[in-house]
Amino acid sequence: MEFFISTLLFGISAGGQYALIAIGYTMVYGILRLINFAHGDVFMVAGLIGIYSTSWLTRLLSEVMAPEAATAAAIPLSMVLVLVLTVVLGFFIERVAYKPLRSAPRMSVMISAIGVSYLLQNTATYVTGGQPMTYPNIPMLSDTVPIAGTSIKWVVILTPFLVVALVLVLTQLINHTKVGMAMRAVAKDFETSQLMGIKINSVISTTFIIGSALAAVGSMLYFTTYPAIVPTAGAMPGLKAFVAAVFGGIGSIPGAVIGAFLIGICENFVKILPFEGATTFVDAFTFALLIIVLVFKPTGLFGEKATDKV
Amino acid sequence: MIQDQKSKKGAVTGLLFIAIVLLLVVLLENLSAILPAGSVPAVLMPTSQLFTVLKKGAVYSLVAVSMNLLNGFTGLFSLGQAGFMLLGAYTYAILTVPVSAKDTVYYLYGGSAVNFSLPDLFGGVDTPAGLILGVLLAILLGGCVAALFAYLIGLPVLRLKSDYLAIATLGFAEIIRAIFQWQPLGPVTNGANMITQIPTFNNFNITDANGTVILRLSTFFPFLIAIICIVVIVMLINSSYGRAFKAIREDEIAAEAMGINLAKHKMLSFCISSFFAGVGGALFAMFVNNAQAKVYTSTMTYEILLIVVIGGIGSISGSCLATFLYVACAEWWLRFLDSATTFASPTAPNRIAFMVIFAVVVIGGSALLIHRERRGSNQVWKQTLVGLVAILLLGWLAWFAATGELTLPLLRTGFRMVAFSIIIMVVVLFFRQGMLGDKEFSDILFARRRNAGKEATK
Repeated sequence: MEFFISTLLFGISAGGQYALIAIGYTMVYGILRLINFAHGDVFMVAGLIGIYSTSWLTRLLSEVMAPEAATAAAIPLSMVLVLVLTVVLGFFIERVAYKPLRSAPRMSVMISAIGVSYLLQNTATYVTGGQPMTYPNIPMLSDTVPIAGTSIKWVVILTPFLVVALVLVLTQLINHTKVGMAMRAVAKDFETSQLMGIKINSVISTTFIIGSALAAVGSMLYFTTYPAIVPTAGAMPGLKAFVAAVFGGIGSIPGAVIGAFLIGICENFVKILPFEGATTFVDAFTFALLIIVLVFKPTGLFGEKATDKV
Repeated sequence: MIQDQKSKKGAVTGLLFIAIVLLLVVLLENLSAILPAGSVPAVLMPTSQLFTVLKKGAVYSLVAVSMNLLNGFTGLFSLGQAGFMLLGAYTYAILTVPVSAKDTVYYLYGGSAVNFSLPDLFGGVDTPAGLILGVLLAILLGGCVAALFAYLIGLPVLRLKSDYLAIATLGFAEIIRAIFQWQPLGPVTNGANMITQIPTFNNFNITDANGTVILRLSTFFPFLIAIICIVVIVMLINSSYGRAFKAIREDEIAAEAMGINLAKHKMLSFCISSFFAGVGGALFAMFVNNAQAKVYTSTMTYEILLIVVIGGIGSISGSCLATFLYVACAEWWLRFLDSATTFASPTAPNRIAFMVIFAVVVIGGSALLIHRERRGSNQVWKQTLVGLVAILLLGWLAWFAATGELTLPLLRTGFRMVAFSIIIMVVVLFFRQGMLGDKEFSDILFARRRNAGKEATK
């Protein structure tokens, strides 16, 4: 029973982290019809920025204050820095790699996304020297608390609440602001909304900015749970988040979040299945789920019915 | 009649070209033995990077062409190539580990569940019959296993379109990878460990009784297999099946209306492409001397996809050309970027070469960017910015030329791949057609003559 509860908790927290990435996928797909393969790598880069900015700020601040106070002050500052820099990165990727291909066939844009992903991974290898990097301990989040007989990090408990809060804010933004309305219009019909005077480029940029910001928050939560970052660390969570987005019905934000939670929970239960070598199948399980969903219910759980999607 | 003659002429030219290429490969490989010792340039030594590039290039060009058959000619955007390569590689490796070596290779599982080995059935790896028959049969079976799996995967997946198909095939590749790493299958797949001691390209070098090499064929062999497979693919593309594939690529609904069975042709293309990917995987296992599941990740598929894009989607010769360029850049020509370089003496040739290349890249790149901006919206500040950066870089070059000694900044392990991916992004963004677009090399070569012919008939 205790084992069950801790697995469930880990599953929910993993699901929350996937949800934050999945929103970026689902929003971009809803508007551009593009699988943004680089999104997982943006997430990884956000983790690396966290590491470098923390150590840099700690060094900078320790010159003016006591070392402990410097560490304490560096973490929140670096979190802000991560958020800002990731947003800038997401914005630039869209402007440089996707915007010039706006009128090109969809496949060209996807290839460009794969190219960006390749570039980000190689750059990360270059900067880190290929070594796994350790994520800094964020006070509060990294502390443990005993629940159901095992000690669990606070981040595991906080993640789902944070995710739900962020999603609520986001749905409010999309349903009740002008930008949100523009986004919905563009997702519905790209060309007509352009004719209606919506500035499509700024809407797309906003989408990428929101997606990147959520990925940055996700990276803080994710890498506090799994502390080592390697250049390919973003690829697998990225793909899983995409699967979550498809599972929930691509284009739908609540769908992506629920899909992500389901995948996170299922995945953690697959890990403890009572047969030899079950952990090998954690990733495979997600993809098997994807294929089943695509074949039997291509619109996902909450997706709108559209004949041209699959 | 004219059409007939033309295709016969084309076939003869093609065969001649292939024969020349194969001869050149054999000659190149054996030059170090023919030339008097001491006068052999380092490039031609058997251990040279050149031969690694040629071998890997041959293997990759086969896989790239197989991917092009699917993505470029049938319009099915699949990202499962690495998975099918894995199937081919493992089938090959499992069937060719010599019986005597099974216990050491599978020591974790107390021997292998497959208690025979194809080369041993025909007399062992050391005899010509055993080697050639065993290896060829294993490669073929590798392709067949890949094609069989492609059939099973294709049943549900080929109904999907464009990016959904891409992500589903990518998923299948990951599932296959997980299965091959599964511990309980260890007696067959050796779990997550690599299968070693398989016959490699080097086994094809002909040696005398003492073990010294008489005739090197280790580069010739992958070239031969790859060329045979590529010729088969080209023949397929030029057949009525190939025309049906192209019709599906252009417009599925129209193709169906013309009486093409969509499901059948898509499945055919998918299976054939996977067959050759499997053959390519078997060759890749021979190239790296082992089979290990963790090598065949989605990154490998992306690499091959980028090769296809650089060469031009829908161009066989473009894919081959791009493969060799890609592999040569990644493994050989850009190696210098991975280690710190200092130019001390002002007249060193590599220093002059660096300055020329740097100037050309800066001027060419900025000219391209400015030209592009002018064509689009007339934003003067962007042009000015690009111009300023270019002038700054050229100024740095001039300063460097004047002051002399300099250690190039940024160069250390990993920079090669960064530079390389930037080049790829430039190709993807600015030269969307790739090197050859959807034309073939021969089209470009003979374009002038053909145009002249057309005018004459007028």
